[in-house]
Amino acid sequence: MMQHLIALPIVLPLVAGILLLYSRQGETRLKRLVGVFATLLLVVVGIGLVARAAGGEVTYYALGDWQPPFGIVLVLDRLSALMVLLTAVLALGAVVFACAGDDEQGSNFHGLFQWQLMGINGAFLTGDLFNLFVFFEVLLLASYALLLHGGGKARIQAGVHYVVLNLAGSSLFLIAVGVLYGATGTLNMADMAVRLAELPAERAGLVSAGALMLLVVFGLKAAILPLYFWLPRAYAAAPAPVAALFAIMTKVGIYAILRVYSLIFGEQAGPLAALEQPWVWWLSLATLAAAGVGVLAARDLRLLVAYLVLVSVGTLLAGIGMRSPEATAALLYYLVHTTLVTGGLFLLAELIGLQRGKAGTRLVRGRPLRQGGWLAGLFFLGAVAVAGLPPLSGAIGKALVLQAADAGQRLWLWPILLATGLFTLIALSRAGSTLFWRSRGEPGGEPLSRRRWFGVAWLLGASPLLVVLAGPVSDYTRATADQLARPAILIDSLLSTAGDAP
Amino acid sequence: MESLYAITTGVLTACGLYLTLRGRTFPVVVGLTLLSYAVNLFLFSMGGLTTNGAAIVDGVADYADPLPQALVLTAIVIGFAMTAFVVILAMRARSEAGNDHVDGRKREVGEERP
Repeated sequence: MMQHLIALPIVLPLVAGILLLYSRQGETRLKRLVGVFATLLLVVVGIGLVARAAGGEVTYYALGDWQPPFGIVLVLDRLSALMVLLTAVLALGAVVFACAGDDEQGSNFHGLFQWQLMGINGAFLTGDLFNLFVFFEVLLLASYALLLHGGGKARIQAGVHYVVLNLAGSSLFLIAVGVLYGATGTLNMADMAVRLAELPAERAGLVSAGALMLLVVFGLKAAILPLYFWLPRAYAAAPAPVAALFAIMTKVGIYAILRVYSLIFGEQAGPLAALEQPWVWWLSLATLAAAGVGVLAARDLRLLVAYLVLVSVGTLLAGIGMRSPEATAALLYYLVHTTLVTGGLFLLAELIGLQRGKAGTRLVRGRPLRQGGWLAGLFFLGAVAVAGLPPLSGAIGKALVLQAADAGQRLWLWPILLATGLFTLIALSRAGSTLFWRSRGEPGGEPLSRRRWFGVAWLLGASPLLVVLAGPVSDYTRATADQLARPAILIDSLLSTAGDAP
Repeated sequence: MESLYAITTGVLTACGLYLTLRGRTFPVVVGLTLLSYAVNLFLFSMGGLTTNGAAIVDGVADYADPLPQALVLTAIVIGFAMTAFVVILAMRARSEAGNDHVDGRKREVGEERP
């Protein structure tokens, strides 16, 4: 049983999604039960995977018992285990929140939600470049349907942009994979890393073209500067639990950049090593600057949170652009924090919008909130965490990233990152005072259901928890960064015959 | 054969790219379809083009790489599903917004009829 644990994060949501297809209409209670139970199980599996990977051993699961490099493998190391657990924790908050009524606005919410989880987990676990494409498509197709869940003009407009852009991105992904296969003759990432070491010189140009095309695709998913324009509208238009789950989608792009360029284009690749580094570094700084302006300009709380996602993307990419183990460790801590907190803020924005009646989440004078005290408290907690103020986890994450920069990089990173933090602070204080204090009339809106409170508290509560557990978490991320910095560990465990095959 | 194949792929890509950048949803959908055809052809050729090659057999020098064929099949299936989805989405957008512009905006004064 234990050796099949690696496949469970993919199989479990798949089976749950299929079971949920049996009754597309009605039986709401049963569907919710299945959806929440499957997500809860996924959290347990995620904890099991982290416990298994924490020792530092890289294990793999050969699908159909075809051994690498010929078969498709799922690879478990510290990074993929961490990402799977993070996805499951985020999804649990989102799915419980959705059970308060958002899942009834369209058909088959829970099934699509599970398939989206399957795609995300698959992308984190796969060790094969083409399989990464397939799982990207699985998660994208589910996300297209989830984005349109409930319908409405704004969602469909944002959906058209999102779908067309991602389809073009998928074409580019296939071309890049094709080029890399044509040049190296393999699709297994570990095997490709080995073959790059003995690449004939005349193929180096081909490989670097393929590698940079992959960067464009991952950049589109992660929303780097020239490719982020789809993100704010899509995230602001999506239903709240879906937007919360989408907080991990940009991180799939970040993960793919981290994985592909640390493993395949690590030191052994010779002249091709770290060829993405200048691109990622400068574009990440530009993304941070643009996101800071966007945060200040946003006139709607959902749009504001969407730009906060962009700020986090810029910070994370800057960590990748520094390309040192310390920076990777810092960015992984920041990644856990920012995914959960921005997810929680999307849910919180929905709660605030529900109680303000017609004003919704727009930052204009509206009715006072019925449960304003609690909502304001949670907003304060979320704002402090996301702006990176002490004592919450954002401050620790940001300090780690700032500290990881070396002298030349500090000159650029410190002013931009700190200014963006200041912009975030200004925008969030302005939003908070408008939402909670500039109001007139009678308080309106229904009291909110307990499931919604749970979803928000579960995700935002992660921030204080990350401070309490800062020691163990940062130990784990440092070990993860060390493992990533030495791709030989992964390559050896995959390509030697001894493995953990079923 | 190689040059003909390369030119075909290139022309398809160029047409697809041009149509994808148009402002109406229908040309965009057609453009994406052409682009996916071009990608499939490209993927097919990435193992090297061979004529009369055998499937992999021990000791035969002239064989066809079977992996790109499997990849193309996967890519065709995924591309087909995505095209179906984007057609339906474009129709929904047309009925919700009242026009077929990708931004959902009304026709501007002086702009020609599509």
